[in-house]
Amino acid sequence: SYFLRHARSRNYVSESEVCKLESVPLDFGDYHPLKPITVTESKTKKMNRKGSTSSTSSSSSSSMMDPLSSVLDGTDPLSLFAAAADPVTTAPPTDGARRKRDKDESSAVGSDFEPWSSKRGEILARYTTTEKLSINLYMGSEKGKATTTGSAVSEKVRTRLEELDDLEEGSQKELLNLTQQDYMNRIEELNQSLKDAWSSDQKVKALKIVIQCSKLLSDTTVIQFYPSKFVLITDILDTFGKLVYERILSMCVDNRVSLPDNFSPESVNDTAKETCLNWFFKIASIRELIPRFYVEAAILKCNKFLSKTGISECLPRLTSMIRGIGDPLVAVYARAYLCRVGMEVAPQLKESLNKNFFDFLLTFKQIHGDTVQNQLVVQCVEIPLYLTLYSPAIDWILQCIAYHAPDVLLTEMMERCKKLGNNALLLNSVMSAFRAEFIAARSMDFIGMIKECDESGFPKHLLFRSLGLNLALADPPENDRLQILNEAWKVITKLKNPQDYINCAEVWVEYTCRHFTKREVNTVLADVIKHMTPDRAFEDAYPQLQSIIQKVITYIYDFALLFSVEKFLPFLDMFQKESVRVEVCKCIMESFIKHQQESTKDPVILNALLHICKTMHDSVNALTLEDEKRMLAALINGFIKMVSFGRDFEQQLSFYVEARSMFCNLEPVLVQLIHSVNQLAMETRRVMKGNHSRKTAAFVRACVAFCFITIPSLSSIFTRLNLYLHSGQVALANQCLSQADAFFKAAVSLVPEVPKMISVDGKMRPSDAFLLEFLCNFFSTLLVVPDHPEQGVLFLVRGLLNVIQDYTWEDNSDDKVRIYTNVLHLLSAMTQEAFIYHVDKVDSNDTLYGGDSKFLAEINKLSETVVSQILDHLKTLGKEETLKRQSQLALYFFNTILAHGDLRNNRLNQLSVNLWNLAQKHGFADTKTMVKTLEYIKRRSKQPEMSHFTDLALRLPLQSRT
Amino acid sequence: MGTALDVRVKRAGKVYHDGEVLSGVVVITSKDTVQHQGISLTMEGSVNLQLSAKNVGVFEAFCSTAKPIQIINSTIEMVKPGKLPSGKTEIPFEFPLQMKGNKVLYETYHGVFVNIQYTLRCDMRRSLLAKDLTKTCEFIVHSLSQKGKLLPSPVDFTITPETLQNVKERASLPKFLIRGHLNSTNCVITQPLTGELVVESAEAAVKSIELQLVRVETCGCAEGYARDATEIQNIQIADGDVCRGLPIPIHMVFPRLFTCPTLETTNFKVEFEVNIVVLLHDDHLITENFPLKLCRM
Repeated sequence: SYFLRHARSRNYVSESEVCKLESVPLDFGDYHPLKPITVTESKTKKMNRKGSTSSTSSSSSSSMMDPLSSVLDGTDPLSLFAAAADPVTTAPPTDGARRKRDKDESSAVGSDFEPWSSKRGEILARYTTTEKLSINLYMGSEKGKATTTGSAVSEKVRTRLEELDDLEEGSQKELLNLTQQDYMNRIEELNQSLKDAWSSDQKVKALKIVIQCSKLLSDTTVIQFYPSKFVLITDILDTFGKLVYERILSMCVDNRVSLPDNFSPESVNDTAKETCLNWFFKIASIRELIPRFYVEAAILKCNKFLSKTGISECLPRLTSMIRGIGDPLVAVYARAYLCRVGMEVAPQLKESLNKNFFDFLLTFKQIHGDTVQNQLVVQCVEIPLYLTLYSPAIDWILQCIAYHAPDVLLTEMMERCKKLGNNALLLNSVMSAFRAEFIAARSMDFIGMIKECDESGFPKHLLFRSLGLNLALADPPENDRLQILNEAWKVITKLKNPQDYINCAEVWVEYTCRHFTKREVNTVLADVIKHMTPDRAFEDAYPQLQSIIQKVITYIYDFALLFSVEKFLPFLDMFQKESVRVEVCKCIMESFIKHQQESTKDPVILNALLHICKTMHDSVNALTLEDEKRMLAALINGFIKMVSFGRDFEQQLSFYVEARSMFCNLEPVLVQLIHSVNQLAMETRRVMKGNHSRKTAAFVRACVAFCFITIPSLSSIFTRLNLYLHSGQVALANQCLSQADAFFKAAVSLVPEVPKMISVDGKMRPSDAFLLEFLCNFFSTLLVVPDHPEQGVLFLVRGLLNVIQDYTWEDNSDDKVRIYTNVLHLLSAMTQEAFIYHVDKVDSNDTLYGGDSKFLAEINKLSETVVSQILDHLKTLGKEETLKRQSQLALYFFNTILAHGDLRNNRLNQLSVNLWNLAQKHGFADTKTMVKTLEYIKRRSKQPEMSHFTDLALRLPLQSRT
Repeated sequence: MGTALDVRVKRAGKVYHDGEVLSGVVVITSKDTVQHQGISLTMEGSVNLQLSAKNVGVFEAFCSTAKPIQIINSTIEMVKPGKLPSGKTEIPFEFPLQMKGNKVLYETYHGVFVNIQYTLRCDMRRSLLAKDLTKTCEFIVHSLSQKGKLLPSPVDFTITPETLQNVKERASLPKFLIRGHLNSTNCVITQPLTGELVVESAEAAVKSIELQLVRVETCGCAEGYARDATEIQNIQIADGDVCRGLPIPIHMVFPRLFTCPTLETTNFKVEFEVNIVVLLHDDHLITENFPLKLCRM
């Protein structure tokens, strides 16, 4: 009773004037606090803003040097580090260091050179087999004494010899009937045992493994697996090459100083040279051609230790050595390996690359020779398949040749290929290896060549596909463009096999989108539909179809244009597998959100996108992951936000209604819709400048009704609470008083349902902080909500207080009392003659009651109850373990009285002194806070009508801590 | 293992020439001090001749002459009897590789019937209670470069069914024409044997083409001699049915230790030959033999 009767009366206007910060006009000319600060300009900026005291933080940040850029002055630390770490050769060859060095080495070629590593996976994925494979190894270790070794041969030499002999005569280990996976595992095991042997210093065993592995490359049974086998085994060879190189390099370390990267052979010590020579001698004595070739190629780099010209002498020799390999497929892969090693070790030596290719052309006729044909018959492999086995190797060789090669050379290469009767296989490799610009500029020539080329089994559609890939990267001459498309499509459309067809079409769609209008795109799409629909061929081609869609939306991102491509939607219908369809829809929506600049009401777009969004929405089921749902909802929300019918608010609302019915399973979308509708209501209010006509009033009521019936369908309780409050505020602003009341009542009745724990980001958290925040927000709103004429005074506030009273709070929490204290703020604000804020065109209680004494008495009664509740609670906290909380709460209450109570009242004054003492009583008060509070009181006492604070200050002792 | 003895020569390749000084260290590692009766170093070089089993019966009398022929044998005393401290002791040495009189220092060679080997042996004599310690280390001798220029002696060859000897049924042979050349049959031992080979035509598919390096060792004296040809190494230069008309390189590195410059002495001879072996798919084996003369330049 003694609290609010003596609530301090406030003059909000004058108070706010006193408290308002001095407003200083800001110079927004070139300054914005979020603008990135550049160091060079910082000085002039500082000058500009001198005298502006508006924001201390911004001025401090401007005078500061940007710490990042100051660090980056000079060489940036990363490159500095890289430079320092470059000669890592001293370090033991750990995997990491090795990988790093690999990177350095390949960078010698330049990053525009597509490295082997990127081809690797492709080949492994493409050349597979279901046939049984076998590995033939002669790795026996048990072996009788060599019979012929003379007694004079030294022990060391003899053991070496024996070990080497094991290769030839040792027990044979043959693994038959391996599946492809087994085979790969075996090879990986060999790779591992190579490393193991090496690290346990069994160099001879390591060499044996490598020789045996490279021997496998001469075996062409299960020929369709050969390219993959090549990949696997050359991995081992690469490992071996690196091990040997690093080992010898580590021998060159002199006084802990390792050799620089571009060392000269003179700086290599004798031991290292001798070891290196030994390796070469050992390899030179390998009996069989293919292992000898591969192993020597693998350690080609080691020539650097012996002589400057070593590599340049070796490469041509190795190149001509391949001529001895009879099988053309084995030979071409050997060439590919040599080119690969050559590019890595000495990219400047181009001649061997060319020589390799020319040699290959010379032996080209062998492919159609009897030996090969007989082999194919035995293995039941068709010529077209056989020819595609060559592609990776030829592609690679040509890629090495074409790298930074002058056009003249490329032209010469082309001529040479032509001489061999425009062979399709070669043509294809030329197209995949040479620069796209080079190909594109001669597109018409190539089409001519493709047409007249001798197919000899190599499928022509692959040629068109390769050409298409080039044209996707580089543009052909303007005048040829249409003709190219016509010529190509003429062939493509005739392809019978849907897989062949779609592989080609996929590539050419990009070209079409890039250079032509929607008419051509439409035609192409129509053609694809026509080919892929029969026998549901599309089912096997989803990845390609998906890529077509992606290409189309990359080039046509004007959605009005896109949907005017008539065949686009029918094209989408081909995605009948749900997961794929949803993926495609997501792509389209992402593109829409990314590219759509202005909101739209185009019915075509809306219809199509609604359909697409509906598809995404309908894919949601009980098994859908939360992330997936969130993503879908975000995409749909993005779409909803982009829809605007301008001033046609009714249309807009009916769109939202339709959207609600469509997307009812995605809560975030419903939330978005409620916000959108609220926004729509506020927009209406803005347009009507707050004065609703009968029609607009009905409209906003419709909006409010929309929200009111949508909110209950949400599951998250705080979302509902906040939306009730928010929508209530919107209703209030639009003078829909009874509707606003309904929202608030709904919110009040929802509060008891708030659980103790809620799930936040998948973790269970106590809900009290959220509830506290919501309730404070709610009370602030309730200040301006006028009482319903048929309900009692402060009906909503009472209702909410009752709910709070009955709510089962956490046992050891003071939240309830904190809320009560905050309620006191509200009640004191309610006693004022004019409230601190109002809603435009809504009469709040201050106007309704006009300071009626009955009203004030009601408030007093309420506050009395609340205060007694607080004091009761403070009493219960008198126990040892709760003293700290008691102290905090007491101070909190004290501050409330200080701010809102009229302390001229003696009892109130006494209460505040008691609270002050209670806060300090058990030594839990923070001295600093107490001192600050006291200083504040003293300062306030100097203000007019506040002289009683002086007395108060005198009555508040500061407890010194002993 | 209390004490370990090791002999290390300075050069990594362990290769020395006549007139040079062999230098290195003897390393003794021990936990305790070593009591010894002197450490000596012996340089030995000898030729060992062996008779192949098939010849032994015929030339039994010959056996007695097949005892090792000493080329060089000299000993130096490194350390007088005394004590060595514990830990690692390195004793450097220098040993002149000098032939006495007119004797020739043959190159190191490891063959089947002829072995020419040079060793450094370190002996540590010890008291009765402890065993003497011995460590041997082989070093390699290369003869000095021969004076004068090596004249290349290129050889062209053509192999057809008609050029073959030792053929039983010439008619059953498939037709073939193989041409080629060796750049020189006078070879510098450090340089590879090179040349080219072209399969101009062959009715049967080629299975493999190999270079077989053969040593021909002759041991003997007035009483008689034994001549044996054995394979040193076999290098495949073509695998599978090679492209017709395309020259295939002939390239073979002479292995170290197992080859030496062609050697002819009163007691033994070491000579080398190369065979070009063409294996056809119907298991016809065609061999063409070329004697080589190796030298060191």
